[in-house]
Amino acid sequence: MTQQGVRWTADQVLALAPDAASRKAGSRLGAAGPWSEAGSSDEGTVWGLCKGSGSKPYQTVIDIAEPSGPAYKCSCPSRKFPCKHALGLLLLWAGGDGAVPPGQPPDWAEQWIKGRRQRAEEKRTASAPGSASGTADPEAARRRAERRAVRVTAGATELEQRLADLLRGGLAGAEQAGYGLGEETAARMVDAQAPGLAARVRELGAIPASGPGWPVRLLEECALLHLLDQGWLRRELLPDGLADTVRSRVGLPASADGPPVRDRWLVLAQYDTADVKLTTRRIWLYGADSGRTALLLSYGAAGRAPELALPVGLALEAEVSAYPGAGQLRAALGEQFAPPAPTAIRPPGVTTAEAAARYGEALRGDPWLDSVPVTLDRVVPTPDGDSWQLADADADTALPLTPAARARPGLWRLVALSGGAPVKVFGECGHRGFTPLTAWAEGKGEVVQLC
Amino acid sequence: MNSPALPADSPAPAAWEELVTTALLGTDRRTPPGCEPGREAPVALLDAAAVETVRRRAGLRPARAAQRPRPAPEDPRPALPPAAARRLAMLLADRPGAAGGGRRGTAPDLMELLPQWLAAANERGFAPPPQALPALLDAARGRTDLRPAALTFAGPRAVWLARLNPDWRFALRATPGAGAALPHLEDAAQVQQLWQEGLFAERVALLSAIRAHEPAAARELLTTTWATERAEDRLMFLDSLRAGLGPEDEPFLEQALADRSRNVRATAAELLSALPESALAARMAVRAGTCVALDHTREAPTITVEAPHECDAGMERDGVVPKAPAGRGERSWWFGQLVEAAPLGAWPRRLGGRTPGEIVALPVADDWQSELHAAWCRAAVRQRNAEWARALLGSPSAPEAGGPGAVSLAERAKLLGTLGSGERAEWVAGFIAMHGLSEAFQLLGMCVVPWSAPLGRAVVDALNIARDAGSYPWSFSGVMGLAERCLDPAEASRLDGLLAVPDEPEDASPGAGGYWAEAFQRLVTTLRLRAAMIEELGTAGPSGGAAPS
Repeated sequence: MTQQGVRWTADQVLALAPDAASRKAGSRLGAAGPWSEAGSSDEGTVWGLCKGSGSKPYQTVIDIAEPSGPAYKCSCPSRKFPCKHALGLLLLWAGGDGAVPPGQPPDWAEQWIKGRRQRAEEKRTASAPGSASGTADPEAARRRAERRAVRVTAGATELEQRLADLLRGGLAGAEQAGYGLGEETAARMVDAQAPGLAARVRELGAIPASGPGWPVRLLEECALLHLLDQGWLRRELLPDGLADTVRSRVGLPASADGPPVRDRWLVLAQYDTADVKLTTRRIWLYGADSGRTALLLSYGAAGRAPELALPVGLALEAEVSAYPGAGQLRAALGEQFAPPAPTAIRPPGVTTAEAAARYGEALRGDPWLDSVPVTLDRVVPTPDGDSWQLADADADTALPLTPAARARPGLWRLVALSGGAPVKVFGECGHRGFTPLTAWAEGKGEVVQLC
Repeated sequence: MNSPALPADSPAPAAWEELVTTALLGTDRRTPPGCEPGREAPVALLDAAAVETVRRRAGLRPARAAQRPRPAPEDPRPALPPAAARRLAMLLADRPGAAGGGRRGTAPDLMELLPQWLAAANERGFAPPPQALPALLDAARGRTDLRPAALTFAGPRAVWLARLNPDWRFALRATPGAGAALPHLEDAAQVQQLWQEGLFAERVALLSAIRAHEPAAARELLTTTWATERAEDRLMFLDSLRAGLGPEDEPFLEQALADRSRNVRATAAELLSALPESALAARMAVRAGTCVALDHTREAPTITVEAPHECDAGMERDGVVPKAPAGRGERSWWFGQLVEAAPLGAWPRRLGGRTPGEIVALPVADDWQSELHAAWCRAAVRQRNAEWARALLGSPSAPEAGGPGAVSLAERAKLLGTLGSGERAEWVAGFIAMHGLSEAFQLLGMCVVPWSAPLGRAVVDALNIARDAGSYPWSFSGVMGLAERCLDPAEASRLDGLLAVPDEPEDASPGAGGYWAEAFQRLVTTLRLRAAMIEELGTAGPSGGAAPS
């Protein structure tokens, strides 16, 4: 696990920042001024002393060789993670102008790294002999799962009843009540240990206020919720894959027990969505040899960045294991054999017609799917009234952008990159339209993040 | 969800519409198609809707493509070196305002470096990475002072982009030829047409463009319609003759002295007085000459002043404003205007063949000195006369130069503008060495960036002295900010000694030493950053990597 020659770019470093404020603070510290005794080792450790407002400089050390993204330690009191000092030091290192020379780590850095390596080693040896130690009593676990299934079934049955009541009285009433099924129903589903159902019910509540056309959207979502309820209640009759999909959609825990696939995984996109309680980070990977697309999910408490961070545009040699479910793209990152490195790999693209068809096919395995990851080849961002679309350069077809994508600054980066010429765009294609996440100009040229 | 641009395959719309209507009204009021009324009706409706929803989604097809935008024009400039492109992204990501407040910490103000970066990139003729254009345009939108350099750097694709986003419309206005293209200046018919029919702003732009190429042609174009222009427009057009002003403009300006509008008359007179050979200048020289005489009867030759007793019609026609502002005597007001408009070259003849230096040194009787010298200062600036400016500035180390002398700081800054850059820097360096930094801000603003070595040293020494005197650094935040932006990055190494927190002397302000170390830290960091910035741009060619020797 050596680190020679592979320095990250500033963009990749800044992508690690938990929020805009730390990004800014980090870039301010990305200059030689406040730093002293900085250095980096071949094992992938970067360290330095940063002069802060106090009398004692902060000790910052980063382990970039860590398979699941860099690990940080800083003696500053900040609760942001990584803190601005770690970001600044990485920027300085990424700048590569000799401010962070190779060398031997000082004691305080060495100790931390040693401790980390040791713990990692212990973990590996502990988990290697068998997952037997993990599930101490399979019989107890089975009983727990059964009890939970009973609760979920009760919840699904109740939800069916409430949906029927809603449809009996008419959706028009949902607008007046404000919340068709309401927060209370969502809470019932949480009690029933079906977080997937709870989340859908909550989203249902927001639809009547979502602007023109809401009755159509509300009926669609009610129908899909009904479909999920029915899927759960008759899961024994479903094919295995679909039954797994229903389980994960309802919100039962699953583990990534698919066979590990070793590949050179190109990091296509990384973006966060946040609600009141949770920050969800989505990372799309593309396997250069397997041609597979995989989704890594990681979570952080509200306001905190999830820990897993991978630099977009780089490729990493690693194993990835899929979660169960038909057409399931979600996977877990396993062992990483080399740190992320620059690459010329680009995913192959399709036309807009093929992209729409791909979404349709994916619905067969998972009818609740909102979108599928797709790379479009040779499309031109085109204004269409007050919205935008991605038009095939060589055909008369186009995919409209989703309303959310239209409002993001990434749209303008995409338009500027294209300049009216065809570009390659990776994004999510679904019934709401296309959400561009990453783009490449024709010919050579670096990856441009749009999210 | 049923996005209108992704139409579903057709036969079902009616069935789906029916389902939506039934769902809206409720199955109690309306029975879903093909189903018994009663308890099972809502479930049947949900079943049908689920099938229909998935069917509709699975059948989505791409929409018809709209009219594609015309491709952006080619940008022939070479791409930025990768390191410089990263730097640009970093500078643009920094938004001002976050570091607000008195204390600024040790980190540099990145946004403040953007103007320099843009100037350096423009000098080298690089093209920006296209994906950086939105951030660049947003930055230029917020700061009008950045716009010219930002738009030059942004190039043709930014104009193309600005047509698509109303937020960036300023780019179309600001770039000549972007909104309404200026005609080719050789195309006489088109020029005439735009001049006759164009909007005011277009006409001003046209006139300035022609004036820059061929001053006489611009004047002739203006003459063709002069009589019919509105007074405000005449004033603006006349003002655009300031560029490339020459003796050939005199007849036209002389005629404008008889204009109906007072402002036009005043501007014409001001322009004429900047032409020392003009008839107006000669008339002013005669008038001013009669007011100033050399009295040889005293022990040392002394200048005596006899201010005019009235403002006659001739003076008024030549641009003298008869009504004095409140608080000023009429006669000294008229006198000041006469001397200001009189050619400086006439004074040595009038005052016994003395040089400007000797003239300025002459004593002036009856408290007229400040009035007379101030008028000479204005004349030296207007006529861009370096010799007189030098004489009026005097020696920077003269004790009275720092005090409330005859020549105010604002006037001195203007006088400095008439000198060459080297001389300017030297004078300011001398001034700072003698008088410190408290009055130097305005003068430093006149100096060329990066500061020359002597000036830079003078500023650093003065900062060092200020620190030792025990005051807080924020008393000098203006000069500090300037130094961060203007000091030659090569000076950074000389500052290393200042970074340490010194022992606090007893009479110093508490904690000042630490704050000074912090301020110097920021200064050095900024200088290093600027050096790195320039070096990144210096590595010509997209390969980058190799540092220039």
